[in-house]
This record gives sequence, structure tokens and C-alpha cells, in this order.
Amino acid sequence: MTTAGNALRVRSRFVAYLVPIAAVLAALLLGAIMLVLLDADPIEGFKAMFQGAFGSADALTATALKATPLLFVGVGITIAFRANVINIGGEGQMVAGGLLATGVALGLPDWPAVIMLPTVLIAGLIGGALWGAVPGALKAYYGVNEILSTIMLNVVAVQLMNFLLRGPMIDPGEIERGTRIPQTARLQEGADLPLLFGSGRLHIGPLLAVLSAIAAYILLWRTPIGYRLRAVGQSKDAAQYAGMPVKRTIVLAMTLSGALCGLAGAVLVFGSESHRMVTDGSTAGFTGSAGFNGIVAALFGGLHPLWTIPASFLFGGLLVGGNALQRAVQVPTALILALNGLIVVFVVASDRYRRTLQERASEAETAARLAAEAAATPTGPPPDATPPEPPIDTRAEPP
Amino acid sequence: MSQFFTEAVLIATVASGIRLAVPLLLASLGETYGQRSGVLNLGVDGIMLLGAFGGYYAVLETGNVWLGLLVGIGIGILLGLATALISVTLRAEQGISGIGVYLFGLGMSDLLFQRLVGTPTPISKFPKLDIPGLSDIPWLGEMLFQHSIIVYVAFGLVPFSMFVINRTVFGMKIRSVGENPEAADSLGVSVAKVRYATVTIGGMLAGVAGAALAIDLGIFQQNLTNAQGFIAIALVYFGAWRPLGVMAGALLYGFVNALVLQFKTLGIIPQSWSDIAAMAPAVITILALVVVARRFRQPAALTKPFTRGA
Amino acid sequence: MNRHRMRGTWLILAVVFTLLVAACGGDDDDATTTTTGEPSGTAGQTTTAASGEAFRIAIVAPSASNDLAFSQSIVDAVNVVSAERANVEVDVTDGTFVVEDAAAAIRDYASQGYDLVIAHGSQYGGSLQEIAPDFPDVSFAWGTAADTFGLDNVFSYEAASDEGGYVMGVMAAALSESGVIGVVGPVEVGDAKLYVDGFKAGAEANDSGVTVNVNYTGSFSDVALASEAAQAQISAGADVLSGTAQMVVGAVSVANDAGVLWFGTQANQSSLGGIVVASQVYKWEVVLRDILDKIEQGTLGGTVYEINLDNGGEVIEYNPAFTLPEDVTQLAEQTIAGIIDGSISTGQ
Repeated sequence: MTTAGNALRVRSRFVAYLVPIAAVLAALLLGAIMLVLLDADPIEGFKAMFQGAFGSADALTATALKATPLLFVGVGITIAFRANVINIGGEGQMVAGGLLATGVALGLPDWPAVIMLPTVLIAGLIGGALWGAVPGALKAYYGVNEILSTIMLNVVAVQLMNFLLRGPMIDPGEIERGTRIPQTARLQEGADLPLLFGSGRLHIGPLLAVLSAIAAYILLWRTPIGYRLRAVGQSKDAAQYAGMPVKRTIVLAMTLSGALCGLAGAVLVFGSESHRMVTDGSTAGFTGSAGFNGIVAALFGGLHPLWTIPASFLFGGLLVGGNALQRAVQVPTALILALNGLIVVFVVASDRYRRTLQERASEAETAARLAAEAAATPTGPPPDATPPEPPIDTRAEPP
Repeated sequence: MSQFFTEAVLIATVASGIRLAVPLLLASLGETYGQRSGVLNLGVDGIMLLGAFGGYYAVLETGNVWLGLLVGIGIGILLGLATALISVTLRAEQGISGIGVYLFGLGMSDLLFQRLVGTPTPISKFPKLDIPGLSDIPWLGEMLFQHSIIVYVAFGLVPFSMFVINRTVFGMKIRSVGENPEAADSLGVSVAKVRYATVTIGGMLAGVAGAALAIDLGIFQQNLTNAQGFIAIALVYFGAWRPLGVMAGALLYGFVNALVLQFKTLGIIPQSWSDIAAMAPAVITILALVVVARRFRQPAALTKPFTRGA
Repeated sequence: MNRHRMRGTWLILAVVFTLLVAACGGDDDDATTTTTGEPSGTAGQTTTAASGEAFRIAIVAPSASNDLAFSQSIVDAVNVVSAERANVEVDVTDGTFVVEDAAAAIRDYASQGYDLVIAHGSQYGGSLQEIAPDFPDVSFAWGTAADTFGLDNVFSYEAASDEGGYVMGVMAAALSESGVIGVVGPVEVGDAKLYVDGFKAGAEANDSGVTVNVNYTGSFSDVALASEAAQAQISAGADVLSGTAQMVVGAVSVANDAGVLWFGTQANQSSLGGIVVASQVYKWEVVLRDILDKIEQGTLGGTVYEINLDNGGEVIEYNPAFTLPEDVTQLAEQTIAGIIDGSISTGQ
């Protein structure tokens, strides 16, 4: 009995681990077919993809840097999702955070990094928080759905960015030369994100993102605020009944979510190659679509802040590797975008299957233990050591 | 400002607002069906893009705009079915899978365009249809009744959808599945079948919206929709899941856009404020909803996959 | 349940597969933009690659390399130059509108030892400024811009698009009967602003009574908005239109329907219809030839180039399908001559 249960458990757990990997592989297989049809060598392509993402210290750096905004956004999205608020305004919040941080940096004297850096990063945090608080408040107090307001605020953010970067915030040199590139001057060196190993390109951004994930984990599961967020997400009515300030909690969820996205924007500015903010006229040109891809990373991480860390890293690797593949075998960039979409669809579509397997594994586990305990103490009290997982936490279980 | 109040300009502005509203209206009507039955499809823009390319390519090859529309419908149905498969059968997280479909559509439509066409090449457009009698009414006729056929189709779908959703058995099933799938299931309604139907309708209309956009513009280009699919989703919330409300939202968004363009053209909005002015449609849509302050509840089962006996 | 899942999975696979086959199996005639390093044709007297090693050029560009606009102009030019020389290899990364991705591509090409890396986007400059010093042996070209950051391995190139714009404006004013001319722009920055300002100055210089309405839509990519902006211009009385950036294809199409004239820029837009009067075309090869010569002589950067009407980097190409009145052609040629000899200023 026990052995059989264990076998089932092990097998299901094992298969559960394989499901998302198999989904990615299936998508890549389709990618390989596309490459063949495009007269490109898929083996060379995928070699370049892996090399470009994980094959060297430089590649790992690029992956970590790409993963950074995904992780910030992913963690922010997780917080909102936990409170049952869907934040698809990450793009706009990143822009808002980047803009406010840049604006503050432009307005400050050349302070030393110890003061400068925290100041501008907090400015980014505040920018994103404001851009998130608005839809939060609109939802809580005016009944405006957050999907509507976040989509609309993304539109507003891009125009605000274009206006500020071609007008008030533009590099005076651009006016002088008459080239009018919509970008700021190089920001003060005090605001540069310090490099982790003194040289190279790996700055403290990834570290900050990991810390934010840990902080979010603690916030969600170890503090009263986190409990409130999750309780509101679970059932607004029950939370209300329990005397929780539901409306304020919704605003808080969106504000925290926006703040992390804003921080992602600030890190993009101060950790960029150019150390300035520049626009090509679209949000994606600045964010690299991290406001969307971060949502995907969050889901890959099972909407759990800590599991979002490896999920972001792997997803970042896919994005970086995809670009390397494109360069290596010279296929249109559009292919990489389509492939990216396929991977998301496949992983998400297979996710429920993974969860089913996992649930089966834990059921088997419980059954096995019950059986074992029943055998050991036939007349003992009913085992209460393993209460059923509260539904609120099922998705928090590591995959 | 006085230049604005001339016959030609006023008429053109209204007509322009209507044209801008059409793709939004088609896509958000489709999304309304899905959401009323409890499925959020965030991939509308991706479906629109593929529908747009399919429609464009068909017209480019054959010169037949109706075939183009048909291809748009076909692609929309296929992708609608795929979306239904992902969110109904495989019960995937709807917010996320839609983003995958969006990215896929964005990349694939561009890839297809680059491989099969290359440079933007003009195609023939939908013919204009002057509604006999009505199109001769001074001012109004020119504003409302001298459009391409797809415009009438889009607005005709509004009362049709109202009828379907509110007055038919199918509509009743849609609503009950969206509000309380368990109850509907116990009454013998197949939740999965209803949702497959609505999501496929939604995909079809998104495909039509894309094809209509491409054929009305007479051109295709990478990212032709420029995220209109997302605006369309937002408008479903604006319209509180009611076809009439959705239409109001699409018209509001279209009119404000048209007005801003006209004001910029006439110099009423100074050139240096062009980007600030371009925020207007989004801001006004939000504000309108705040002012009206309607508090419609969303379908109770929205975004929640259904499992029998769960 | 399982059976259902399987059936569904096959369905989606089938859908996806059909799309893929369609996407990839199509005409292969423009199989990306790679040109191989075979000594091509006649003009192979250069000795860059004495050792037999190819001269390798990489292009990083923000939009599609066949966009009839900005990105296409550089890819075409590089192909022209590489056909003139022996043993040149070209790699292209296009559609790189994400600035940080472009930076990664530039860095990657540089670290692979390409001889010349072209960063074809104003927005890439800030990144290039940081990357170029790390690769002193690689030559970089950046445009459109007018700054080499004082680095001796960076060239920069820009287009005096105001000059061509001015000529177009003069012609537009001469052809307009209503006295109203419309311009559809994206965002009021860089090359777009330069062109639009030059166009406006030209139109007003030719006929002080003419009205030029300028409409910046706020987007480089919103074709529908550009199309409606053109409609708005026409309703406000415009009978001649112009515009810049890749979204203007929507506006040209409206001009076609309304029988309103169009002036294009960045690439030859004559293929878009018979109402296209003329296009300002960028010939970056003028700059590239000099850059390649300099690299061969061991100079990797430090020069700011400008293409203009004088050096042949900007050419006004008339649409053969449009019959331009003789006096307007003459007026255009006089204006071009005047700009070249300095007697006419575009006001920029």
C-alpha cells in the first residue's frame, strides 16, 4: 500500500516537473520546423540560442539583465493577482517610474551615489506606485474596472513619455545640434547602478529584483497586510465581513504592484547601456514589453514570488537566446516574437495538467500517510497533522 | 475655432469618428460574447493582426474584398477555436494565455507579411454604399449613410447581439454559464459547448475587425492594429458587457480621436501639444466612466475555468 | 477528459502548423538580407581582404528592412556598396525597436569582430557611446545623428532632410490650387521634425498665402490614425499632402482615393500610387563608400557625415506615373540648385 502510494507520488511529481519543460520543447520543435522552412539550420540556431542565453559569463549577464524587469514586474503582478486585481498596466507603470526617476535625477545636483541612488530609485518606485494607485482607486471607489483603466493608462503613459522626452526633459545638446533625438542627457554618474563585480556589465539590478521577490514573499505570507491582501483576493465579501478595509486593500494592491513595475522602469534607465532615458515613440521600445512578459514570468512561477525568480531567469534566457538565434541564422525577428508567443501558449495551456498531476501527488501522499498512521495506531485519534491546504495557497505550492 | 464649425469639417469629423470606431466595435462585440459566458480573451489583438494580414493577402492576390473578409472570418474562427481550446478545455489562466496569443499574432502576421509580400502594397478597398434615401439627407446623410459596407455591418451587429444575448435561448445559456456555471450545468447546459461557441464568435469578430481594418485602409504593415485589440477589450468593460454600452464606448473613443485629429489639423491644438492631446481618448474614456459611475457587476464566473463537480 | 485534451491538442497543433507552413514556405526570393562574401561581379579591385578574409558589416535597424522607409534606406545602401566591392559580408538585425536589445546586438556583433557595425537609429546613440570604447578595433557608424562622442572609432551620419523637404514644399505650393497643404507626422522629433519644418518653409517661401497644416498623430506605427489624419487634412481643404515615418502608408492610401497629391520621403514611394508626385530618397551609399575607404586606410571613425542635395546623398525622385507640369519641374530644379549653391536657405 505505502510502496504503491509512494511510487504513484514519485511518478506524478516527476512528470509534473517535466510538463512545462515538455511544453517549451514542443514549442521549440515548432520553431525548428519554422527554421527549416526558412532555410535556416535549426541545430546551429538552437546552439546559438543556448550559447547566447547561458553559454558564457557574458551570456549569463545578458540573461540576468533581461530577467530583471521581468522579475520586478512578475512580483508586482503576483501581489495584485493575490488580491484578485488584474494589473495589465505594467507597461505604463514602468514608463511612469522611469520618467519620474529620470526627472528627479535631472533635477538633482551631482550627489554622491550613496544618497543619489536610493533617491532616484525611490522616485521610480513612487512614479510606478502613482500610476498603479490611480486604477486601484478608480476600481475601489468608482467601480471602474482595472483592466480598462490600466490599458488606457498605458496609452497615456506613452504620450507623456514622448512629450517629456522631446520637450522639457530633452538633452540640450540635441537642440543645439538640431538632431532633436528624444532622449535626456546622460544622467549623473552617481545614479548609475553599481556593478556587482566592479567591471563587466552585471549591475545590482538583478540583486534588487531578487530582494524584492523575497520581500514580497515575506509581505504576502508573514505580515498582516499580506494576509489582508490574500483574504480580499479570496473573497471580498468574507473579508468585508471580517472587518477588513476592502477598498483600501485593493488600492494598496495596485499601488504595490505599480511600485515594483516603476522600480523596474527606473532600473532600466539607470542600468541601461546609455544611462539615460530615450524613446522610439512606443512603450515597448523602452520596456521591451516586460510589462507583459513579466505577467507571463509570474504565471510560470505559479504566482509565487520566490518561484518567479527562476521563472524570470529562464524566460529572460529565452528572450536573450531568441535574439542570438536571430543573429546567428539570420531569420526575421518576427519569428522570435511568434515563437515567444507559442512558448507562452504551450506552457500556460499545459499548466493545468501540471497542477492536476501535483494535486494527485499530494493526494497520494496524504493517503499514504493516513494509511501508514492507521496501520501504526489502529485506535489512535484521527490524524490532524496534515490539514488540507487552504485553497488560497494552492497555487503557492512550488511546482 | 471658427474653422471647425464649417459644414465640410464637421461632417468629416463625425464620419471619421465612425470609421475609427468600427474595428473597435467589431472586436469588442465579439469579446462581449466571450466575457458574458465567463471567458476573458486577452489575445484579441493577435487575432486581429492575423485576420488583418489574411484579409489583406487574399485581396492582394485576388482583388476580391469579400474573399478577404471571408479569409478574415476563417482565421478568426480558427484562432477562436484555439483560444477556446486553451481556456475552456485546457482551462489555462486566461489573462496569460491571451498574451501568448497576442505575441504569436504580432510576430506571425509580420513574418507572413515579410515572406509573402515584403513591401506595403496597396489593395482595393470595400466599396462605399450610399443608403438610398437616407444618404441624401443634408449633413446627416453624409455623416452616417455614406460609408463602406462594413460600417453598416458593424453597427447592424449591435441590435443583433442585443437580441441574441437577451432574447434567445442561446443568449440565456451564455448568461447563465457566465453567472453560475454550476447551476447551468445542473440544468443540463453544456458549459464547455457554450463557451466554445462564444469564444469562437469572439475570435471570428476579431478576425473580421482585423480584415475590415486592413481592407478599409487598403494596406498592411507590421503591427497594423497598433494595440486596438486591447482598447477593444477595455471597451467591453466600459460598456458593462452590454452591446449598446460597448457601442457607446467605441463611438466615444473614435469621436474623441477624430476630434483631436481635426483640432490638430486646424491648429486649434498647437503643434507642440500634439502628444498631450493624443492622450485625450484614453483619459476621456476613463473619466466618462467615473462621471457616469455605473456600477455593473461583471459576470460572476469571468476568468474562472469550469470543472464539473469541482 | 483525456481524450478531449488529446483531440484539442491536435487541433491547435494543426492550426499553428498551417500558419507556420504558410509563413515560412512562401516566396523565398528575398530570403533575408544576407549577401554572401563571394567576389561579386566586376568592381572587385579593393584589397581589404588580401588574406582572403571577408570584410564584415553588421546592420542593426529598428524596423523591418523592407519598410519603404528608414530601415530600408540603409539596407539598400549597404547592398549597393557591398556589390561594388569584393568579399563583403553583410548581416542584418532588423525590427530592433527595443533599445536595450539593439545595444545587445551591437555589442554582440562587435565582440564577434565585425569590421563595421552600423547602428541605424538615433535612439541607439546613448548605448553606442558606452559600447564603442570597449571595442577600439571595431568601427561603428551611427545615424541619423551628428555626434561621434569624440571617439575615434565612431562615424555618424545624418540627412539634411529639411533640404529635400524644402524642395517638396516648393513643389507642393506650386501644385496646390486650394492654397491649403496638409502634413501628417509621427512625433515631433529628429528626422521627422527636420523634414516637416523644411517642407513647411519651402511651401511658405514659394507662396506666402499658402496654409500648411501640420498634424503630428503621436505614433510612428498607427496606420489607422495616419489615415484619418489625412482625411482631416482633406476636409480642412488640403489638396496636397505629405508626411513622414512608416505609418504614412495609410495616409497615401487616403490621398489615392481622394485624388489628392502626395509627396514622400525616406524611400521612393511611387509604388503606392499615381498621386505620388515625388519622393526624397536617401542614398547612404555616398557616406558608406567614404567610411569603407577610411576603414581600409586605418581610420575607424571621427567623422560626422551629412547627406544632402549637394553631395548626392539626397535625391528627389519623380514618379514616372505622374505627369508633372514642366514649370514645376523647372521650379524644383531651380530650388535644388539654389539650395546647393547656398542662395536658398531652408531656415534650419
